[in-house]
Amino acid sequence: MSNKIGVYVCHCGTNIAGTVNIPELVEFAKAQGDVVVAREYKFMCSDPGQALIQEDIQKLGLDRVVVSACSPLMHEPTFRGACEKADLNRYLFQMANIREHCSWVHVDKGAATEKAKAQLAGAIGKARYLAPLIPKKVKVNPATLIVGGGIAGIQAAIDIADSGRKVYLVEREATIGGKMAEFDKTFPTLDCAACILTPKMVQVGQHPNIELLTYADVEEGKGFVGNFEVKVRKKTRYIDEEKCTGCGICQEKCPYKTASEFEHGMMKRKAIFMPFPQAVPKVPRIDPNTCVYFKTGKCKACVKVCEPQAIDFERKDEIVDIKVGAIIMATGYKLFDAGKIAPYGYGKYPEVYNSLEFERMVSASGPTGGDIKMKSGEKPKSVAIVHCVGSRDRRHNEHCSRVCCMYALKFAHLIKERCHEATVYNFYIDMRCFGKGYEQFYQRLLDEEVRFVRGRVASVSDFALDESEKGKLVLRVEDTMVGETRRIPVDMVVLANGLEANADAAKVGRLFNISAGKDGFYIEKHPKLAPVSTATEGVYIAGACQSPKDIPDTVAQASAAAAQVLSLMSRGEIEVEAATANIHEELCSGCRVCNTMCPYSAISFDDDKHVSRVNDALCKGCGTCVAACPSSAIFAQHFTDQQIFSEIEGVLHDVRA
Amino acid sequence: MTFEPKIVGFLCNWCTYTGADLAGTARIKYAPNVRIIRIMCSGRVDPAFIVKAFAEGADGVLMGGCHPGDCHYINGNFKTFRRMPLLKRYLQQYGIDEKRFRLEWVSASEGDRFAAIVNEFTETVRALGPMQIGHEGVVAPQATEGTAKPVQDHVKHHAEPRKSVQATV
Ligand SMILES: Cc1cc2nc3c(=O)[nH]c(=O)nc-3n(C[C@H](O)[C@H](O)[C@H](O)COP(=O)(O)OP(=O)(O)OC[C@H]3O[C@@H](n4cnc5c(N)ncnc54)[C@H](O)[C@@H]3O)c2cc1C
Ligand code: FES
Repeated sequence: MSNKIGVYVCHCGTNIAGTVNIPELVEFAKAQGDVVVAREYKFMCSDPGQALIQEDIQKLGLDRVVVSACSPLMHEPTFRGACEKADLNRYLFQMANIREHCSWVHVDKGAATEKAKAQLAGAIGKARYLAPLIPKKVKVNPATLIVGGGIAGIQAAIDIADSGRKVYLVEREATIGGKMAEFDKTFPTLDCAACILTPKMVQVGQHPNIELLTYADVEEGKGFVGNFEVKVRKKTRYIDEEKCTGCGICQEKCPYKTASEFEHGMMKRKAIFMPFPQAVPKVPRIDPNTCVYFKTGKCKACVKVCEPQAIDFERKDEIVDIKVGAIIMATGYKLFDAGKIAPYGYGKYPEVYNSLEFERMVSASGPTGGDIKMKSGEKPKSVAIVHCVGSRDRRHNEHCSRVCCMYALKFAHLIKERCHEATVYNFYIDMRCFGKGYEQFYQRLLDEEVRFVRGRVASVSDFALDESEKGKLVLRVEDTMVGETRRIPVDMVVLANGLEANADAAKVGRLFNISAGKDGFYIEKHPKLAPVSTATEGVYIAGACQSPKDIPDTVAQASAAAAQVLSLMSRGEIEVEAATANIHEELCSGCRVCNTMCPYSAISFDDDKHVSRVNDALCKGCGTCVAACPSSAIFAQHFTDQQIFSEIEGVLHDVRA
Repeated sequence: MTFEPKIVGFLCNWCTYTGADLAGTARIKYAPNVRIIRIMCSGRVDPAFIVKAFAEGADGVLMGGCHPGDCHYINGNFKTFRRMPLLKRYLQQYGIDEKRFRLEWVSASEGDRFAAIVNEFTETVRALGPMQIGHEGVVAPQATEGTAKPVQDHVKHHAEPRKSVQATV
């Protein structure tokens, strides 16, 4: 086979050129068989860099192009596009990764240059056997699935639905709203959370283009960008949602009570209940663990008062199959369990609260009607707010949770506002007030005479050393500003728990083929340039499921994800991977090994001809069948045995020599 | 001069290759001995690729895929894992020390782990010494697509099975 290969080596400024000897690499390239031109350029991905390739394709009649630069995950699409503009099929392009896999990870220039040569020789080797492929086009289903109905999911749903396209919003809880629904005020502006959130919740509930599936879980995901099929389980509420008017009389009449999850156990709720009065949808559910009918078969107090006869104790879970073109994951976060840090006494001392409990305490609709008071009913005279609980701590989470400093300031302000006399302490490691208006808020709190003690709290206990500590909770802390250990007695302790990934984040992500990092947060396609995309095309992420973040950043990401979805939808059709598997029917022995290998059931058996056949609309090109075929009858386009063998010979060019 | 092993790394696009990219972005330094070949899924790795790499003179072969349960194509990594006993048999017959081959699951977020594995494996292979082409009895398999001859058969016919399990250095 004789080719005309053009090789282009990128300096990437000094990113590559600083470690790899570029002139030597170019000379090496020139010496390889079939290479008719080898050039270097400062930034191959720039316009002039691409023009260089295009000119050569046209003037020299190149039939293969190899670029030795960064990772193909970064710029393969760029260079494929450049080739295509010069009428060279995009699959005749090959990349050698000499940045991420070479110059950035090796120190010794000689060794890095040798490795770069091997990677380049591999790419040239593969390029020799590349074949043109024509990508198929498929229609994009214009509907979108959003998983998670916190502020991220709500914002994205409204943005997309307003464009006239259908949105399915799946929320695990019985209402949308997420954590924000639990807050009273939001930093740094202190606007009322309910006032800005509830109208959006109502908008979602009433939007003609949004289908809300609450108290529901995604169970199965299949398909690919443009055409996903998802199975959703709507758990039974024992209520006919069509009939229920949300009047709430059942809740009033229900005689059985238990601790309210929404109020973190600080209030009671009924066995038939809505999490909170502004819940959307306004449909209660029956908790069979509390409802006495499920235990004794008697009661039915709710049935008697329900005029529309919406209550149905026999109602089962419902499986809903939905088809969408894109998916946004907006599953949020969970609060770090402060019980894991025993010395803080959470769960042991009644006056130690976690942050979401405190949010409910300061909420006008919460258990105390917004009064900050102790279990005794008295107002605290001193309150300690402990920062970084479970954050910036190797034993728990290494990351900074980003919002705790700010909500701790918010708490301090609210305490000062409602208990004028109280002394408020903030125990911090570093104050991180990075957002718009955040530093100003911090300065304001300093003026409000909140005390800031720099040091990580060691312990909270009720052990009194003297009279002043009797009946108090004593915090032991090293005050790193004055360089001494202090004991500070207070009436109430509020812990600023960090934000963690949901316990099932990795599992749910797997349904849609997106991965979670070590910390459990979903990984974006590129941390800077593709923050809401994922490695799986058509699946996007928004909000705190990507990393801890505040509401402004969450909303910005949600709108960004919506924009990505709308851009996909407005294309109408998209090209899908052409690098699929194919079967040489004359070689197929009909053994059917591949049929069972294929994870997508893309290979079927032709009973008449006694051969297997690949349905290339279903094939995703993993190549598992290819490796398993005992007759070598299946080949993986763009990853053929020949291409890979030639690449192996290339990367080992210096052994043979 | 110390012996610098040449190792071929077959990395799946979605996890290990991306993890290796992350090691790069994070500028984690590691041994320059692994030459990387990108495949879409570890399931694509035919044992013949590994034999081919040894036959071309690789001193070691590293294969990287997604953690069990994380394969981008559902379970390609599981299928490749199941194929490994067959490979081990090949290696034994060719007298190639099993330790020259390594299968590791590295996720897209484990850049540091990828670097650590490369370092550790490089040292393992360095300790084993250079592969002895010919002496260890491996003949490179050829790509057989388009001919009816299965790759595996081809490999078998071309190589004398050897009894010794350990590579002699
Ligand atoms: C104590 C505290 C105070 C805070 N105060 C402020 C503040 O004043 N100002 C500010 O800007 N930020 C504040 N924050 C941060 C704020 O909570 C987040 O920025 C915001 O909630 C992130 O929204 P989200 O939609 O991404 O996630 P969430 O609010 O967590 O919503 C996620 C939703 O997804 C649902 N879900 C999860 N998994 C699934 C699944 N598998 N299927 C279906 N549904 C699922 C959940 O039930 C939930 O409804 C505070 C945080 C805390 C802990
Ligand atoms: S994609 Fe990584 S092993 Fe299958």
